[in-house]
Amino acid sequence: MNWLSRIRPSGPTYSDRSNSVPEGLWKKCPKCAAPLYRPELEKNLDVCPKCEHHMRIGARRRLDIFLDPDGRVELGMDVETVDQLKFRDVKRYRDRILDAQKKTGEKDALLTMEGTLRDLPVVVCAFEFAFHGGSMGYAVGERFTRAANTALHSNKPLICFSATGGARMQEALISLMQMAKTSAVLERLRVAGVPYVSVMTDPVYGGVSASLAMLGDLNIAEPAARAGFAGPNIIEQTIRQKLPKGFQRSEFLLEKGHIDMIISRRELRERIASLLSKFTHRPEPVDV
Amino acid sequence: MNLNYLSFEQPIAELEAKIEELQSVGNDNNVNIAEEVARLRDKSQKLTDKIYSKLTAWQVVQVARHPHRPYTADYIPRLFSDWEELHGDRHFGDDRAIIGGVARLDGKPVMVIGEEKGRGVQQKVMRNFGMPKAEGYRKALRLMEMAERFKMPVLTLIDTPGAYPGIDSEERNISEAIARNLSVMSRLKTPIICTVIGEGSSGGALAIGVGDQLNMLQYSTYFVISPEGCANIIWKTAEKAPQAAEAMGVTSANLQKLGIIDETIPEPSGGAHRDIEAMSHTLQSRLIQQLSELRAMPMEDLLDRRYRRLMSIGQP
Repeated sequence: MNWLSRIRPSGPTYSDRSNSVPEGLWKKCPKCAAPLYRPELEKNLDVCPKCEHHMRIGARRRLDIFLDPDGRVELGMDVETVDQLKFRDVKRYRDRILDAQKKTGEKDALLTMEGTLRDLPVVVCAFEFAFHGGSMGYAVGERFTRAANTALHSNKPLICFSATGGARMQEALISLMQMAKTSAVLERLRVAGVPYVSVMTDPVYGGVSASLAMLGDLNIAEPAARAGFAGPNIIEQTIRQKLPKGFQRSEFLLEKGHIDMIISRRELRERIASLLSKFTHRPEPVDV
Repeated sequence: MNLNYLSFEQPIAELEAKIEELQSVGNDNNVNIAEEVARLRDKSQKLTDKIYSKLTAWQVVQVARHPHRPYTADYIPRLFSDWEELHGDRHFGDDRAIIGGVARLDGKPVMVIGEEKGRGVQQKVMRNFGMPKAEGYRKALRLMEMAERFKMPVLTLIDTPGAYPGIDSEERNISEAIARNLSVMSRLKTPIICTVIGEGSSGGALAIGVGDQLNMLQYSTYFVISPEGCANIIWKTAEKAPQAAEAMGVTSANLQKLGIIDETIPEPSGGAHRDIEAMSHTLQSRLIQQLSELRAMPMEDLLDRRYRRLMSIGQP
């Protein structure tokens, strides 16, 4: 036990997994198989420098690389997962949640934070895909709604990074209704003229796609991110055809008019800050 | 096996067959069998009541999907008068999986929007088996916004196996179409009553399901994912659908307990398809009553109540 662990309060730690001791110093790019030096890869925000493949990153790291370092306040920490149905299949839902909490160090699949983006005050949400597939149940819907309300009442732009398989079936209709709830609060932002930016990162499907993810004033996607209502397997089973190449990828979404733009992870901060400065009638952010 | 009856209803089917047989004999001969027929009828009724008093969640799903179950197109002429169907989303096309139009309920103008599965092969194909695409939800949105402008309440009838999972659906951004409806319905300045009449499957049902009053017919079902889909994910086989239905609590009784729905509208013994006239009569009188209560509320209170209710769902 060192001096730090002695003075630090016990309880769950939220340290970024990617910062913990690496299994090895090298990682193979899952797309182009290039061997990548981990410290370099991290500096490149987990984007393969050879093929531009955007690797999945956790919610906490997402917020960390997006927001300014100072003045961050995490929101909705007191929101707990509920199991009103006492859902049980081969395993109890409660136990699945405990496992996911242990695995990710997070309480549920959405993190929300107030902070600044190049000095512009913002509220940001990020889905944790490693937590139960980033699925939306009561806790995710509630945290999102509270974050949106913070944005609404303080007139700060809202940004959400989604990465999710959709609604959480273990919460049945309660999870379905989170679609209505999050869409309803976003409508209040829309009426009030508070900008909402939805950033889709691989993947975004189902109930989240058909609610908060597609309702951005600006819809943005990372390169090659998949987003859609029904997953490709379901569609193939239904229509009994092979899907065209690139179906539901960002480039397809842009061509079909679902998103405004594709932005590389390394440019998200600068470009969203610049966009929002216009929507909030502020001067363009400048580097100091 | 009589295909008009579900597998768990076969004892009823056998009794009914016996009654029919007796009656045909009675017609031929002069034997007085009226008493025996009456006795069997009574027995059949009691048996139906007994079976239906303790349906499992999976059995309810089967009743909700019964091929004879009344659909939107069956209810419209029975619930409303002076019906005129309105077509198209003004952008792409007219989705026949959603029927929309104006009519009168108890003499007053209303906007009616319902999902329609279609009966018979041709109709089913035309209706895409009740699976709307983006243009269907956008037609619904157009009609709802028009209803707001012309101060007509919106009545929706929900009955779908889900929004259509196809290439064209995705190309036209069905996600956005559903999401937009959820947003707009949450603040539409007119009373909205939603009724699940058969199968309420996931986002495709919810997309016309946000309102001031949510009803379910007694043997209808509402789920976030079909029991088969849920079973496929958890048990890797659709055969576990009955367990999935039970675990998800897909029945009106369960959902009322959870506070998701406001009212269960009772069905005739043996399900709505056994007596569509009686079912329509019950539904009509409930809609008239509910609507008069909603109309009596100041609009601001109504919207506030609708919003607060959405915000509170799932709260421990």
